[in-house]
Amino acid sequence: MSEMSENGDIIVIKNLHKHFGNVKALNGINLNVAQGKVVVVIGPSGSGKSTMLRCINFLETPTSGEIWVDGHLMTNHPKQLNAIRTEIGMVFQLFNLFPHLTALENVTLAQRVVRHRSIEEAKEIAMKQLRKVGIPEKADVYPMQLSGGQQQRVAIARALAMNPKIMLFDEPTSALDPEMIREVLDVMLDLAKEGMTMVVVSHEMGFARAAADRIILLDHGIIIEDTTPELLFTAPKHERTKLFLSQILHK
Amino acid sequence: MADNPSISIAPESISLEALKEQRGKRLTQFPWWFLTMILIAIWAAYSIYTRENYRAAFEFIKAGLGVTIITSLISYGIALLLGLLAGLGRISGNVLFNNLATLYIELVRGIPMLVLIFFIALVGVPIAVDGMNSLGAWLNTLGLTALGGILTSFTNQAVAMNVRAIIALAITYGAFLAEIFRAGIQSIGRGQMEAARSLGMSYGQAMRHIILPQAIRNVLPALGNDFVAMVKDSSLVSVLAVRDITQVARLYAGSTFRFREAYITLSVLYLTMTVALSLVVQFVERRLRRHE
Repeated sequence: MSEMSENGDIIVIKNLHKHFGNVKALNGINLNVAQGKVVVVIGPSGSGKSTMLRCINFLETPTSGEIWVDGHLMTNHPKQLNAIRTEIGMVFQLFNLFPHLTALENVTLAQRVVRHRSIEEAKEIAMKQLRKVGIPEKADVYPMQLSGGQQQRVAIARALAMNPKIMLFDEPTSALDPEMIREVLDVMLDLAKEGMTMVVVSHEMGFARAAADRIILLDHGIIIEDTTPELLFTAPKHERTKLFLSQILHK
Repeated sequence: MADNPSISIAPESISLEALKEQRGKRLTQFPWWFLTMILIAIWAAYSIYTRENYRAAFEFIKAGLGVTIITSLISYGIALLLGLLAGLGRISGNVLFNNLATLYIELVRGIPMLVLIFFIALVGVPIAVDGMNSLGAWLNTLGLTALGGILTSFTNQAVAMNVRAIIALAITYGAFLAEIFRAGIQSIGRGQMEAARSLGMSYGQAMRHIILPQAIRNVLPALGNDFVAMVKDSSLVSVLAVRDITQVARLYAGSTFRFREAYITLSVLYLTMTVALSLVVQFVERRLRRHE
């Protein structure tokens, strides 16, 4: 365990495989993410991007391979799993806010039942996070009354309120109307500037250029390109990369 | 707008034909069945008030109302707990818990309710009492006489038929409610559980704070309907000689041979309770929908 923390990588994925029945979603992923880095994951649909992300916090249990987060080997042991998950924030494509709770309650609930914070402290932290994502005035509103962009920002605030060390984003803007994508990406950009470790599955190349330290291209469950945003466009290693880029840039 | 289609028609466009059509619509859509029921209730109330025979029947039968209401309420309360447990068992990944819940539900659903009431009251309860007695005797031999004494002190005769009736109804309806809870829980999208778990909540915390509040809200009308059904099915406990309204009506009819008075009064009593409860359920359902 000590060797894991020595090299400073907060996420270490070793030879990760994930099969769904006969479908082989991931076929040997090896990936190290250093603390404070922003990694953007791209790839054609069905290439395993989301599956890889969901394996990091064990929403999917790997078929084989190892995942280390912050020096801890991820296992299905319930107590350890819950403890390490509090250190990993996750933002979903469809927001997954709790519809029976107000925006504020969405952000305070896990703080109270998982972090055992007092109501006052949880509320204070929640309001701080809601201010950070720019919608403190919506604190007492139910998710149904919020726009998609506002819902996603509340979801980000909900994850941040747990003080995670890592944030995972699973296509956070792909369910949004075009005019709302910007407000969510701005929040993510600020987060990246603050030094949050982020793994982002997204095809927003503008965000990748502005925030990513690395871009990873997945295809058929393996990483075929691991490079910087600049090099991805100027010097792609694979023909497949060029083809994929031309597809997403001329969509 | 759906309630009041006439609003959408501008005043100047209302012709005589349109008015006729509207009246025809109103006549066909009017809840005549409900009016009929109200009239029956008024007629029954009037009969009870004015006719000596009906009044005597009502006075006699109403003594069973308390037993019917209390049996239904307590049974339903226990059935809710049993149903929630079994419903959670049905969706649980735990093999033992899951199979126990499924076994319970399938056993109850495969046996007629009347037979089940006989079985639980006359076979199930004695077996349970015998089991407790043997357990108590065993504890006594171990020296745990305090607990053992309590368990051996139970006797079959001490368990009143009213209690057995409540146990029987609760076990039966627990199985029905379990399927309602299961359906309610499964109606909540997978993303809700994932979001809760990704925040570090345990399965139990996610169930309690996220899934169940939404699930129960979704199934409240179904739970209410099953309470109405239980009030009706509580009449079955009369076979155990529990003095609910059905039993006292049977006693009254048997001793006076006034079958008409007894069973008309009995039916009207059930109708009054079930219609009133159904209205409450509808009201709750409408309020929930308004908040969505």
